[in-house]
Amino acid sequence: MAETQVSAPNMVPFEERMPRPPLVENNRSMAWITDLIAGIPESKTPRWWFIAIAITGSAAAFGVFCILYLLFTGVGVWGNNIPVGWAFGITNFVFWIGIGHAGTLISAILLLTRQKWRTAVNRSAEAMTLFAVMCAAIFPGIHVGRIWMAWFLAPVPNPNWIWPNFRSPLMWDVFAVSTYFTVSVLFWFLGLVPDLATLRDRARSQVGKVVYAILALGWRGGNRQWRHYEMAYLVLAGISTPLVLSVHSTVSFDFATSVLPGWHTTIFPPYFVAGAIFGGFAMVLTLLLPARSIYKLHDVITWNHIDVMCKIILLTGSIVGYAYTMEFFVAYYGANPYERFAFINRYFGPFWWASWSMFTCNVIMPQLFWVRAFRRNLITVFFVCMCVNAGMWFERFVIFVISLHRDFLPSSWGMYYPTWVDIWTFIGTIGIFVTLFLLFIRFLPMVAMSEVRSVLPEADPHHEPDVPHTDPTIDEVGEAHA
Amino acid sequence: MTAAAAKRQPFAAIAEFASAAELYHAAEKVRDKGYRFWDVHSPFPIHGMNKAMGLGKSQLGYIIFCGGFTGFATAVALEFIPSSFLYPLIVHGKPVSFFTVPAFFPIMFELTVLLSAFTAFFGVFVLNRQPRFNHPLFDYKAFERVTRDAFFLVIESVDPRFSETGTVELLTEIGGKAATLIYEND
Repeated sequence: MAETQVSAPNMVPFEERMPRPPLVENNRSMAWITDLIAGIPESKTPRWWFIAIAITGSAAAFGVFCILYLLFTGVGVWGNNIPVGWAFGITNFVFWIGIGHAGTLISAILLLTRQKWRTAVNRSAEAMTLFAVMCAAIFPGIHVGRIWMAWFLAPVPNPNWIWPNFRSPLMWDVFAVSTYFTVSVLFWFLGLVPDLATLRDRARSQVGKVVYAILALGWRGGNRQWRHYEMAYLVLAGISTPLVLSVHSTVSFDFATSVLPGWHTTIFPPYFVAGAIFGGFAMVLTLLLPARSIYKLHDVITWNHIDVMCKIILLTGSIVGYAYTMEFFVAYYGANPYERFAFINRYFGPFWWASWSMFTCNVIMPQLFWVRAFRRNLITVFFVCMCVNAGMWFERFVIFVISLHRDFLPSSWGMYYPTWVDIWTFIGTIGIFVTLFLLFIRFLPMVAMSEVRSVLPEADPHHEPDVPHTDPTIDEVGEAHA
Repeated sequence: MTAAAAKRQPFAAIAEFASAAELYHAAEKVRDKGYRFWDVHSPFPIHGMNKAMGLGKSQLGYIIFCGGFTGFATAVALEFIPSSFLYPLIVHGKPVSFFTVPAFFPIMFELTVLLSAFTAFFGVFVLNRQPRFNHPLFDYKAFERVTRDAFFLVIESVDPRFSETGTVELLTEIGGKAATLIYEND
């Protein structure tokens, strides 16, 4: 074995020759990380927080007013009509549910693929998932028109003994979204338990002691606890991985199983999933970049983290771009006149501005991330993420509204114009989303402390301080010697 | 105070260790001494500690499998009984026979995932005997730091090899600092 190494220096492990950049910069200790993260909910509420929550809370309240107005008046207060029966409501639903996917990707898929950088961002991304799915869940509920009938969605026999149609994609969607939300809550809370124990042990106020103690469920950090805990976490990651891929696939079935040109395509499930992850990562960065600057988290959420997330945005954005182009090509190549017309109408019809905004924001802008300097500049990263946030909303608007407004028969064509209720309900959900996120960063640890501790070099039980190599056959420059 | 403490039954012997590596090696030694009722406490899960403590893989996975299977069976019953027997809905003139099973897959999958997740979440707390808010360890002041950056090894007095002096000496011998006894809640 040793002889092989002498004859071939390339046998020196790659990581020895080219060490990975540290996940936490400046050799920060566990105590330092704990003080930094747990210090946020413990400190006095800053003034900017009150100002921010006043603004977002007002938007949320006005959104709730719009919803109540809708419920008391009827769906006529929206711009929906025949043929455009699905418009802002479903656009917003799919937009929000897509946002959530990045959080589950970070917490589940990146756990299984052992991407340790996830530890710095998974907690806030998972919280974002929950809040986004809450915003999403509002829309199908209020869209049914007669909200008191919404329980017909549940699989229980109603007074006429009619059961829901389990073969309908809309029914699959009810199960998919409610399962997704429930599993996300359980996963998020399980991850929080050790960190709530940290807050419990540090709490000075009596209220804090009691509340955090109850939430931490008496966590003691014993290995006999960690053993089951890690297994539960791993299994939850394992089942969340197909779940997150299935949720947006199921959402896309709502459209793909119909016969409408522009909807009736097999490319929808992967295209929707890639788009969801794409939009979700943009939203993660949109929320984290300000939080990182305000709370000085630079050593925990480093430029390497931002860089890697920008690369995911670039990758998924390119997949989305491929899907847009391929849809267009297949419409041409498939020789179906209705499908062809749907795509010509998409880019050159009355809603051309929505399609071109979508294409510019989602496909062209992320290409900036090929350049390293743009991935490591706060302004460009934030700008591209805001473009993607807008672009992904337009994507759903384009797919739903443009496909519906001109279908097979020109005699049944129409136009769609949103009303102020449509627009303010959407702004209201942005308010709800940001308000919930502000509450989260105020009262809960926004970085998974126990997980960040576990990726520090000294967390390795075989770590020897001040000894560069554990392998005596490898010297300082990484060359094997005799 | 000491006289009163001496009369009380000790709960365990506890010592602090400086790092994950020290705790790991100490755990190996305690394991080799043949102790059974003991645990290490750390601010994060230490990789390989199950082996150092002589513990096997968690059994939780098997429990979760049962939960997941229950979910699957629930979905099968929930979908087939109404859709094929109680109230067969004919939509678009499509068949309602058993062979429409692919249309039932998504809900079978979702309920399998849902019940697996519930089993994982509640199973971990059942196996960990949580919630328990009044553990004797919480009365030991230094133990507060276990959720920050401290590492502890605790050997409980119910262990047949436990002795009030010998176990504390053992903890000191294997590199533990401030080895001491802690007592049951009053």
